[in-house]
Amino acid sequence: MKELLRVEELRLSRAGREVLRGIDLSVRQGELCALMGLSGSGKTTVLRAVVALESFQAGRIAVDGFALSAGPLPPESRLRPLRRKVGMVFQAHALFEHLTALENVLLAPVQVLGHAPAEAEARARALLDSLGVGGRAAARPRELSGGEAQRVAIARALAMDPPLLLMDEPTASLDPARRGSLGDALKMLAGQGRGLLVATHDTDFARDCADRVVILAEGVVAEEGPPAILENPSHPATRALLQHRSPHSPPSRRP
Amino acid sequence: MLLSLAGTVAQASPAPSAPTVLRWGGDAEGGAPFVEADPKDPAKVRGFDVEVAEAIARGLNREALFVQVAFASIDASVERGDFDIGLSGVEDTPARRARLAATIPYFEFREVLTVRSGDRDRYRRLEDLRGRRVGTLGATIAYEALLAAKGRVGILPISYDDDVHPYSDLAEGRLDAVLLDHIIAARSIRRVPGLVIQPEPVAAGGYIGVLAKGNMALRDAIDAILADRMRDGTLERIYRRWNIWDDSQAAFFQRVLSRRAAGAIPAAAAPAPESSLSAALRYIPSLLRAAAITLALSCAAMALAVLLGIGIAAGRIYGGLLLRGALTGYVELVRGTPLLLQLFVLYYGLSAVVRLPAFAAALLGLGLNYAAYESEIYRSALEAVSRVQLEAARTLGLTEWLILRLVRGPQAFRLALAPMTNDFVALLKDSSLVSVITVVELTKQTAIFATNIGSWVLPGILCAAIYLAMSLPLSRLARRLERRWSAAS
Repeated sequence: MKELLRVEELRLSRAGREVLRGIDLSVRQGELCALMGLSGSGKTTVLRAVVALESFQAGRIAVDGFALSAGPLPPESRLRPLRRKVGMVFQAHALFEHLTALENVLLAPVQVLGHAPAEAEARARALLDSLGVGGRAAARPRELSGGEAQRVAIARALAMDPPLLLMDEPTASLDPARRGSLGDALKMLAGQGRGLLVATHDTDFARDCADRVVILAEGVVAEEGPPAILENPSHPATRALLQHRSPHSPPSRRP
Repeated sequence: MLLSLAGTVAQASPAPSAPTVLRWGGDAEGGAPFVEADPKDPAKVRGFDVEVAEAIARGLNREALFVQVAFASIDASVERGDFDIGLSGVEDTPARRARLAATIPYFEFREVLTVRSGDRDRYRRLEDLRGRRVGTLGATIAYEALLAAKGRVGILPISYDDDVHPYSDLAEGRLDAVLLDHIIAARSIRRVPGLVIQPEPVAAGGYIGVLAKGNMALRDAIDAILADRMRDGTLERIYRRWNIWDDSQAAFFQRVLSRRAAGAIPAAAAPAPESSLSAALRYIPSLLRAAAITLALSCAAMALAVLLGIGIAAGRIYGGLLLRGALTGYVELVRGTPLLLQLFVLYYGLSAVVRLPAFAAALLGLGLNYAAYESEIYRSALEAVSRVQLEAARTLGLTEWLILRLVRGPQAFRLALAPMTNDFVALLKDSSLVSVITVVELTKQTAIFATNIGSWVLPGILCAAIYLAMSLPLSRLARRLERRWSAAS
């Protein structure tokens, strides 16, 4: 299967502190990769660097043939191809507060891709349906539960049909039953041939859904392999993560 | 402000038995030859009105103490007891006589037309000025004459708050003639080149002193003193010193003295003062017209302020360093200086470069001023939209412009709507300041009305009612919007 994301030797400092100290990472088509680690291990920062919301000081990032290099962020006009290749679902879902769920999903396809509104709307409704929130199309973000908002945010990212999808702590605001159905939805997306990189510290979710697990500790990859490594951890960072396995432990908030 | 005359040491405690000072009110902004700050010692005043006041005080065995008061407020101020007598080119009018205790007139003025030298033969009388703009001081006999001529010969009266700017505006072509007292005209053509005074006076009248109605005894004493000073030549010597003596004054003194001897009312026979109610009915249409000007000006200025404010806010958030610095400088300059000053600079200060019509200058002044305040509202509203939403929009591939137009702008607009409405109410009231650049809006019209009927009670109530009728619905709208959108966010 084709490689959709390759991160090499990624180093990133913020306010004089080195947050990422040489990260190597890859995600293939059809693969759900769980990026794990305790709060502050740098998960969210990796995602932000990949979608060019944050610049990095050394290393390389390639997203489906689009290369990002170290140094200041390029202007948004140069990032247009990247925006088509990777979607992002933020932890705080970041829905547009003044628009309905449906309008949130419609906005980019119509404005960026130039799709006809009627056609885009049909697609958006189908997406919301497939994620189980078709009935909430007319609701505004503040009227949605955490789980519903999460799904609408996923639909919004998927509406642009990106080959690679990044997600930040998608299970943080979900109860166990909803976690299961979200996992199914994500597996379905991988089954369609997308690559998924999911930052999470939810070990149950990773065990059930991920094809591969990458564990970060203090800005480097501590351990990497199939979910089975969670059963038999060899690295102290992985053991620490398993001790914190409660899915309700407070998620890390990133800037 | 209280400028005390030299020699006045003790503040008079009003001992009813024998007061030692005569407090007299005048406006030093009126300038020479009436009352002006002494160039050698600006804490003192000088002028022929100053010397008349001193002559009266001497006759009463008192010391003259000058009290500064705005010219338009002399009547109201003497009535409420700020000083004993108002004396500063105060015109003899029936309304004044009805309301106050007026002295005999001590000087005859003639209302004369001043025009540009080139128009000397074209505009000789008011009748020649059909469709032309003629300026004067508001709430004066001259202004009344212009209002009468408006209906009769179709001139356009323009009211000023001072007697300097009508002449500079005349020289610059904003006016075609100025109608004012001959000594003001004579003083002004010395200062402003290229103007001439038409010899034929439009009207004549007398300057009087005004006292509160309850002060008849003092008024009678002062009348006796003034009559004596006319006879013994003291007034003539004062007027000669200030170069305002002419033969007509001598004849005028004779008329005043003989009328006084005959016991007649010293002014032209006063018509019975009309009742406040009928005066109110007569003024309501002009108040409503002025209210329409206030409303039109406020709406147009607000529209300008909103457009400019959006531009300034966007420039300060998205612009480069230089643009941000310039816009910040503009906002601080505008917010840190009085609107009144800005209006003066725009209308009079820039008139050598660009000669704006009064309404345009008012619109521009208010608009530019409020743009600074609006821009701050928009800037904080734009910055209140959560950053993560903007990042999400970027990852979806929306351009900065689309993000501003579709995500950031609409949310900021909702946040800004309530404070904007409040600002509009404030603008509605601030628009009263533009009367200083000759726009007659609601407050100015009310002041004219009040001066005419000699009372602020009814005009004040009417004016307040009209402002409230315009602002209360807006305030309610602001509260509704605030509730609606604060529930929404």
